[in-house]
Amino acid sequence: MADTQDLTPLALITPVTGFGMITIRADLDRAGEALAEGAGLALPDRTGLTTDGSRMLAWMSPDELLLVLPLAERNEALHALTQALMGEHGLAVDVSDARAVFDVTGPRAADVIAKLAPVDAAMLPEGHLRRTRLAQTAAAIWRIPGGFRVTGFRSTADYLQLILTNAALPGSGLAPR
Amino acid sequence: MTHTPPFRLSMQGRRIDRAYPQAFRFDGRHLRGVQGDSLASALLANGQMLMGRSFKYHRPRGPLASGAEEPNALFGLGQGGRFEPNQRATTTALVPGMILRSQNCWPSLDSDIGAINGALSPVLPAGFYYKTFIHPRPFWKHLFEPIIRRSAGLGAAPTDPDPDRYEQAYGFADTVVVGGGIAGLTAAREAAKAGGTVLVLEQDSHWGGRTPTDHAGGQAAIDALLADLRARDTVTLRRATMATGLYDHGYLIAREALADHDPNLGLPRQRLWRIRAGHVIAATGALERPLAFACNDVPGVMLASAVRDFIADYGVAPGRRIVVVTTNDDAYRTALAARAAGLDVPVIVDARPVADGALPQAARAAGITVLTGAGIAKVTGGKHVEAVILCDQSGEGRPLQTIACDVVAMSGGWSPVVHLYSHCGGKLLWDEAQSMFRPDPDRPPLGADGKGNVTATGAANGDLRCAGALERPEGATLPVWVMPARAPYKLRAKMWLDFQNDVKVTDVELAAREGYASVEHTKRYTTLGMATDQGKLSNINGLAVLSKALNQPIQATGTTTFRPPYTPLTLATIAAEAKGDAFQPLRKTPMHGWHQAQGASFEPVGLWRRPYAYPRGAEDRHAAVTREILAVRGGVGTLDASTLGKILVKGPDAGRFLDMLYTNMMSTLPVGKCRYGLMCSENGFLMDDGVVARLSDDSWLCHTTTGGADRIHGHMEDWLQCEWGDWKVWTANLTEQYAQIAVAGPKARAALERLPGTIDLSPGALPFMAWTGGEIAGIPARVFRISFSGELSFEVAVPASRGLELWDRLHATGQDLGITPYGTEAMHVMRAEKGFIMIGDETDGTVIPQDLGLDWAISKKKADYIGKRAQARSHMTDPERWKLVGLESLSGKVLPDGAYAVAPGHNPNGQRHTQGRVTSSYHSPVLDRPVAMGLVRRGPDRMGEVLDFPMPSGEVMQARIVDPVFYDSEGSRLNG
Repeated sequence: MADTQDLTPLALITPVTGFGMITIRADLDRAGEALAEGAGLALPDRTGLTTDGSRMLAWMSPDELLLVLPLAERNEALHALTQALMGEHGLAVDVSDARAVFDVTGPRAADVIAKLAPVDAAMLPEGHLRRTRLAQTAAAIWRIPGGFRVTGFRSTADYLQLILTNAALPGSGLAPR
Repeated sequence: MTHTPPFRLSMQGRRIDRAYPQAFRFDGRHLRGVQGDSLASALLANGQMLMGRSFKYHRPRGPLASGAEEPNALFGLGQGGRFEPNQRATTTALVPGMILRSQNCWPSLDSDIGAINGALSPVLPAGFYYKTFIHPRPFWKHLFEPIIRRSAGLGAAPTDPDPDRYEQAYGFADTVVVGGGIAGLTAAREAAKAGGTVLVLEQDSHWGGRTPTDHAGGQAAIDALLADLRARDTVTLRRATMATGLYDHGYLIAREALADHDPNLGLPRQRLWRIRAGHVIAATGALERPLAFACNDVPGVMLASAVRDFIADYGVAPGRRIVVVTTNDDAYRTALAARAAGLDVPVIVDARPVADGALPQAARAAGITVLTGAGIAKVTGGKHVEAVILCDQSGEGRPLQTIACDVVAMSGGWSPVVHLYSHCGGKLLWDEAQSMFRPDPDRPPLGADGKGNVTATGAANGDLRCAGALERPEGATLPVWVMPARAPYKLRAKMWLDFQNDVKVTDVELAAREGYASVEHTKRYTTLGMATDQGKLSNINGLAVLSKALNQPIQATGTTTFRPPYTPLTLATIAAEAKGDAFQPLRKTPMHGWHQAQGASFEPVGLWRRPYAYPRGAEDRHAAVTREILAVRGGVGTLDASTLGKILVKGPDAGRFLDMLYTNMMSTLPVGKCRYGLMCSENGFLMDDGVVARLSDDSWLCHTTTGGADRIHGHMEDWLQCEWGDWKVWTANLTEQYAQIAVAGPKARAALERLPGTIDLSPGALPFMAWTGGEIAGIPARVFRISFSGELSFEVAVPASRGLELWDRLHATGQDLGITPYGTEAMHVMRAEKGFIMIGDETDGTVIPQDLGLDWAISKKKADYIGKRAQARSHMTDPERWKLVGLESLSGKVLPDGAYAVAPGHNPNGQRHTQGRVTSSYHSPVLDRPVAMGLVRRGPDRMGEVLDFPMPSGEVMQARIVDPVFYDSEGSRLNG
C-alpha cells in the first residue's frame, strides 16, 4: 500500500474571496437576451454556464441565473441587469455576501468532490454548474483549471473547509487498491 | 478421536505467507498466525476448534464455514473505542497484535455455565418466548425474562467512542458486477466489450472466488481475466468491497475495507460507497448447505467447501482424519484435497444410491472408500467430533458402523446467493432438478424504465458449473433434508438447522403442527434465520423441513424475504464523515468569532449557534442574563440578530401573494413602513411570525424566525410553483447576505448616533415600525425601528462582510453608554416580560393565532388567507380552547416551563384532568419576580382565578391568571 505512505493531501483546499454574485430571476425566454447583454455573457443552456474567463453566468433553474464576477464590477453589473429587466417582471439582487467559495485543486480533486457530493465528479464536464450538496449543506460545483470551484453559504464556510479537508486526507484516494 | 497437532500444514495455503508470523491474543492467550490468515484459520492453526457458544443453549460451536455465511465463529475484537462485537472470524483478516474475546459464554468459552440451557432444551421449545408472554403472565415478567435477559445477547456493545475515521464516496457505472469470481470477471469482460463503464466489486481481498481452490488451472484462468480487465480503462476493479444492498433506481450500497482493525495506517477505516448502477450483474456465487443429521453441531462438523478452503487457501488442517458426507459430487473435491495434503479420509458417505461421476471415480482411484446410499446416524463427541455412526440413508438410523474421525465435512448441495437479485423485488423459482431457488429471469427487479436492472450469472444464477473448460462433468445432487430419511424424533431433535439460534428440525416441525403455515411466521416463531448470519445456511434447509411437515412442495412454501444488508454494516460506516466537528454543519454569523472571543455561552438554534449569554469573570449564565437585561432596560445592548430569515418578495403580484401568506394585510403597507405578521399552515395553525418591511412599490422584505428561514422560503416557492403559477412573484432568500444587529434600550439612539452616517434616527424621521436606508459608519445599512424587547430599538442590517465592523464600532464608541452585548436568553426574558409570543414556546403546531389573543393581527376584511378556512371550523372557534394568559406565581418561585394546571377529576387512565400549561416562564430581573405565560382553558375569561400546578415532588404550585403583559403595559418605553 504505497498510497498510504503519501503525505500529500488529495487536493489543495483554498478559500477564495473577492467574488461578486448576483442572483437573477426572470422568465428567461422573454428576458434572456436582455439579461445576456446586461451580464455581458451569452445565456447558458440548461445546467450550463458561460464564461469569458473573468465573469461567469450560470443556469440555476428554469427561471434563475447566477452571475459571478469580480467584486469591483458588482454594482455596475447590478445596475446593468436592473436596466435590462426594466419593464419586465424580474429580480436582480446582490448575494455576494451570502456566499463562501473554495477552490479544490490538484490531480485528485475529483476524489474529494466524489466523497461529498452525489455527483459523478470525474465526469462533470467543463461549462457545467451542478447545484448539489457537499455532505449536509447546499453547494454549487463547477470546473476550473486544475480542479473545481465550490460555493456554499457563508455561515457554513468553516464546515465546508473542514469536510473538504477531511475528504482530502493523504492516502485516502479513491483509486482501487 | 483426539485432535492432534500439527495443524499448520507444511504445504499449500495460497493465501498465506509462512515467512511472516503474526502474534495475537485470544481470551488472554498468546497465539501465532501467519500473514494472510483469517482469524478462523489462525485459530485452527493453533488447534482452537471451539470458537463460540450458541445463542440459546450455549452449545459449543466451531467454525462451520470459511466465508460470510459463518454463523458460529464470532468474536469481540479490539479494545476500548475500537472494540467491536460479533466480528466474523472467517472473513476478518488477522492483523498483528489483534485481541480477540469469545462471546456468549461465562465464566469461559471452555466451561460455560449457560450450557445448562441445553439440558433444559425440552422445556425451551420453539416459540418459548411467545408462549410465556401469554401464559402464565407473571412467570414471564418475574421468572423467564430476567433469566433470558441475562443469558441472551450475542456480544457486548462497545462502551467508548469509536476513534476511527470513516468516509463515503459516490460511484457511478453503466454496469456494476458484484462478485469477482470467474463468472463475475467473465461477465465484466463481456460488459466492457459491449461498451460503457464497468465496476467490479469483490467482497474478498483476493480475486477469483472458488475457482483457484476448486479447479486445476483456476488461478491462471482468473489471472488471465484480470489481465484483460486491467488493460481496459473503462473497467474499475475494487476488492475488499462488500455490496451490501441494492435499492430502487439501481442504487447500490457497498462497504470498502480500507484499514480494518489497523489504525496505524492513518486511513479512514471503511468507506461506504453509494453507487448509481445502470445495470447490476449479480455474480455472487453460491453457498454450500449443511446436512441435517443428529449432532451436526458438534465442533469439527464443517461444510465440505470450508474444509478444503482451510487446507488449500490457508494451509491449515482442521483435523487429521476427515469423514466426508455428501449428496453431490462437489464434496469429493474435499476428500481429494485432504488426501493430497496428507490427511486421512477414512470414508466418503454418499447419500445417493449411485456415485459414478468423474470426481467419485477419482476418489476411488485415490484409494478412498466410498459408501453410497449411506448416511450419518449420529456424531459423537462433546466439544469436538470423536466419531460418526453410519447408517442407511433410506432407513431410521440403525447404526451400521462407527468410524473415528476429528472432522466431518458435509455437503447438502449449493444454494445460489440470490440476495441482491431479491432486495429490490426480483423473484425466485424453485429448480427441482438442482434442488435450489434461483433467480427467475422472467421476473427480475425493475429499473426506472420498467425493464429488469439486475441479471444473475454463474453460480448465483444456479449455474454451479460456470468455470467453463475447467469443469468436469458432475452427477446430480440428491435433495436430502433429513439424514437418514426416516429418522425418529430422538434423532431429529438433535439436527440443527440454525446453528447460532439453536433451531432444530423438531422446532420447525412443532411450528408447523401449531399452525404456522407461512414461512415468514415460522421464521419469527422459531427464530430460524434470525441470527447475525441472517439464515444464510439455515434458510433452505428450514423451509424444506417446513414444506415436508406441511406436506406441500417447496415452491408452495417459498422463501423468507431477503433484505439488505447482506452482511452487517457498522453504524459508523453509515454515518461516515459525519462525526466529531463534522457531525452537523454548524452555522456561524459574521460576528461568531467575536462572541467566541468574549467567552459567550452558545445555544443551538437550528444549525446555528447563538450566544445564550456572555458571562463575565466568575459570572454564571443566570447572573450574566440578569446583568444583560438590566443593561438593556437601563441603557443599551446589542443582539446579533443575523440568523433571522430575510426573504425578498418582488413582483406585481407580491402584495396579493403576501396577503395570502400572512393573516393580516401586507399589500396596504406603505413603502418605508414595517408590520408584524403571522403565517399559518393550511390547517390554520400558527407556523411563523416576523416583521415585514415594504422596500419599494413592488418589493417586500419578510423577516422570519431563525429556524423558519429555509422552511418559509420553501413554503413560498411551494405555493408559487404548485398553486399560483400565473402570479408574477419572485422570491430570494437573502438571510445570509446581511448581518443584523438589534440595538435596544433607552440609549439605543444615542449609541447609533455616535457613529457618523447619513440616516436621521430622530423619532420624527424614523418613527416606531418604520425603516430607512443610508450609511452608518460608512457602511450601507437599512435601519428598522422595531422592537422585541419593548425598549426603544433599532435593527440595523448591513452586508454580512461588514457586520463585524459595525458591531465593533458600536461597542468602541458606546463604551461610556455601557453598551452591552446580550444573548438569546435575555431576549427571551424581555419578550416574555412584554407578553410577546415566541414560535415554538407559545406555539407547538396545534395553536392558532386566536388562541394567543392575536386577533388584532388577523384581517377581517380579506376574502382569504392560508389557514382562514381552517380557523373557521367548529373546534377552532370553540370557546373552550386553551388561550394565552399571564401566570403570576403565588409562592414567588418560578413555575417550571411545561407544567400542567390540573382540573377536578380523573381521566379513564387515572390521571388528573388538565386545564392549561405553562409555555414560557422566567425570573424577571427588572420586576424581581417570576413572570410566566401559559395556555389555559377559557383563560382570558378567568382573570384572577388561581390554578394548581402539581409538581413531581408532590408540592402543588399555585399561580393566578393575569394579563400576559407584565412590564410597561402602556408601551411608553418604545420611545426611549
